[in-house]
Amino acid sequence: MEQIRAAELKPAFDEMNGFGQGVREPYSAVSGWLDSVRVEDLRKKSAEAELLFRRTGITFNVYGDAEASERLIPFDVVPRIIAAAEWRRLSAGIEQRVKALNAFMYDIYHRQEIIKAGRIPAELVIQNSAFVPEMIGVEPELGIYSHIIGIDIVRTAENEFYVLEDNTRTPSGVSYMLENRETMMHMFPHLFAENRVAPVETYPDNLLKTLESVAPHKLDGDPVIAVLTPGIYNSAYYEHAFLADQMGVELVEGSDLVVMDGYLNMKTTQGLCRVDVLYRRVDDAFLDPLTFDPSSVLGVPGLFDVYRAGNVTIVNAPGAGIADDKAIYTYIPEIIEFYMGRPPILKNVPTYNCRKPDALKYVLENMAELVVKEVHGSGGYGMLVGPTSTKEQVETFRALVRAKPDNYIAQPTLALSTCPTLVDEGIAPRHLDLRPFVLIGDEVRLVPGGLTRVALKKGSLVVNSSQGGGTKDTWVLQD
Amino acid sequence: MLGRTANDLFWLSRYIERAENMARLIEAGYRIALLPRAGDDRNQEWASTLESAGCTQQYKAKHGVLDTRNVVDFLLFDASNPSSIHTCLATARRNARAQRTALTREMWESLNGSWLEFQTIRPETLRPDALPRILDWIKERSAGYRGALLNTILRNDTFFFSQLGTFLERADNTARILDVKYYVLLPSTSMIGSGVDNAQWEAILRSVSAHRSYRWVYKDSYRSWRIADYLILNRAMPRSLRACYTEIDNTLDDLSGLYGEQEPCAETARSTLALLEKGDIDTIFQSGLHEFLLEFIARNNRVAHEISEAYHFNS
Repeated sequence: MEQIRAAELKPAFDEMNGFGQGVREPYSAVSGWLDSVRVEDLRKKSAEAELLFRRTGITFNVYGDAEASERLIPFDVVPRIIAAAEWRRLSAGIEQRVKALNAFMYDIYHRQEIIKAGRIPAELVIQNSAFVPEMIGVEPELGIYSHIIGIDIVRTAENEFYVLEDNTRTPSGVSYMLENRETMMHMFPHLFAENRVAPVETYPDNLLKTLESVAPHKLDGDPVIAVLTPGIYNSAYYEHAFLADQMGVELVEGSDLVVMDGYLNMKTTQGLCRVDVLYRRVDDAFLDPLTFDPSSVLGVPGLFDVYRAGNVTIVNAPGAGIADDKAIYTYIPEIIEFYMGRPPILKNVPTYNCRKPDALKYVLENMAELVVKEVHGSGGYGMLVGPTSTKEQVETFRALVRAKPDNYIAQPTLALSTCPTLVDEGIAPRHLDLRPFVLIGDEVRLVPGGLTRVALKKGSLVVNSSQGGGTKDTWVLQD
Repeated sequence: MLGRTANDLFWLSRYIERAENMARLIEAGYRIALLPRAGDDRNQEWASTLESAGCTQQYKAKHGVLDTRNVVDFLLFDASNPSSIHTCLATARRNARAQRTALTREMWESLNGSWLEFQTIRPETLRPDALPRILDWIKERSAGYRGALLNTILRNDTFFFSQLGTFLERADNTARILDVKYYVLLPSTSMIGSGVDNAQWEAILRSVSAHRSYRWVYKDSYRSWRIADYLILNRAMPRSLRACYTEIDNTLDDLSGLYGEQEPCAETARSTLALLEKGDIDTIFQSGLHEFLLEFIARNNRVAHEISEAYHFNS
């Protein structure tokens, strides 16, 4: 049943073969390689890569489980390739988008012009749980709220790219972008001799520059930077340690930090040491128990006051989640027009906001064809992919949406592009997406590449690692 | 460096050292348990092994009577025993994960590799003759980690706190082994030079990997006072109390130099070293070997405590 429904989807665009009209230009060398190499040899390399990841400890943790739960994200040895011209267009669109998102946040935490102009409903912002009223009137350095953004992009045809969602809080996965490249270069050096692949290893350096550029302006001298992690049981702990290590800055937990005399300090072997920029990888709610969740043991009491006084920069800023809220998402094209004065370069996926009665009606009637998402869900949870779901699953969701329409959005089921992938039956096409990581500080920095996530199950459109997705090295070719 | 980092590095080294010492202790105990002697006594050696490891109470609560299989399982694989090799490796690796940024890739891979491989051992299907191989493997992995540390780490506080953990743990271990067996070393009228004594003395030396080097140093058969002298006062024996304190004293000096300030722990360590440098074994025996060792263990603990205070391990 499931398979018949999946087959009803239009045939997907393949990154290597297009719609079947032959190998696309960017893949010419890799296609030749795939024809000449034996699948058994690829499997051997694949096992080798897995061992490498395991030994290096490149794992992610599964919540609610202790030591035994470190898992590997499957790594696929066939790269995903983006042509230089494609990347130029994507990066222009990304830059435009992240500038608009930050302008939007500055506006709604200050004069709220966009609401006054009637371009976005007030209650959608003010009553949004991702809106942080404590941030009203706060002046973040350079006016930036979201310094690190991961943008999830999907493709459906040669020139059809869509932004599926923006991650403006604490996007993760960049360590995989870097480690995947390391692994590929280690295992298949000749491929890099045959293809002009743009390097990605400048990311940690760019991240450091970005963080330095948003240090409190009153500070004299070099800023002290630290990465704040919830600890070793967090799902992305490896990445936190990796980034701190690559930048050469301390990796701290809440208990290492204390507010003293109006500044944030870390507890060192030689006493307290001031921290000027905190790249935090904990949620807003766990930042400061005095301002946010009082039951949190992860945060630093008084941190928010230090922030408000301009004595520390928190990256990304508290309240930055408002820009990646799924209900706000539907207004992003308007947001871009409003602040940038131009139409968006990158398209949104058409989205039905179930809070609107006519949209709700359409969604309820066509649920089996749509992807339905919880407004505040993430990680591929709380979501229905209509065409690949059973009747019972669809009915369950219909009841959920009817009970609480505000809580849901729906989108047409996109035929995500596929890419050849090493799976049990050999090399076969699997659906994928792309998450480039963009840095916003004194300038916008975008490393040519990103994280490609691939759904390893045949026909599946869910690429999340928590749901059995894998990753690929992502190549941006140079002219 | 964060106080928490210093604490984790210090204990990471202690746990690696403890795992290695535990492997030696089990090895020595296992050999004695194999010796022909009065039937009931066969397992008595395990009592002092458990005592040296500081887990007699927990063992009794769990297993009651002494028998080789249970003792070995308890000391090697039991996750509920805070001193088992399993717990040592698990804790060391947890600390290493928490301090990934402080370790070199070689150190991390050595430790992570040990832990991953240790987890593949299935104790319930283990044949008795596999034990020596596993114990050798543990010593080898510990040496591998120390090698990675010595060969790749910067000579800064990361190195210094790691060194302190290693040598404080080692000193504690050597002192405990001696103390548990101190009565074996006391001159007594009966059984002098008997096979049992010799075996006991050899077990002590074996548990610090010193049974071969003893011969080279003293060119003599085992004598109790020489064994004590060797493990307490000999400067060349790398597991003697004096050798450990030479390292601790030097390291605290380096740390004071790096931070530009001397802390009380450096003074305590220096006076402990002086005691060992000036001491002679006859005086120690006359005023009581047991008392001397108890005093040393207390001092050693004080140094550890003062280090953790001075460098804000838990603040």
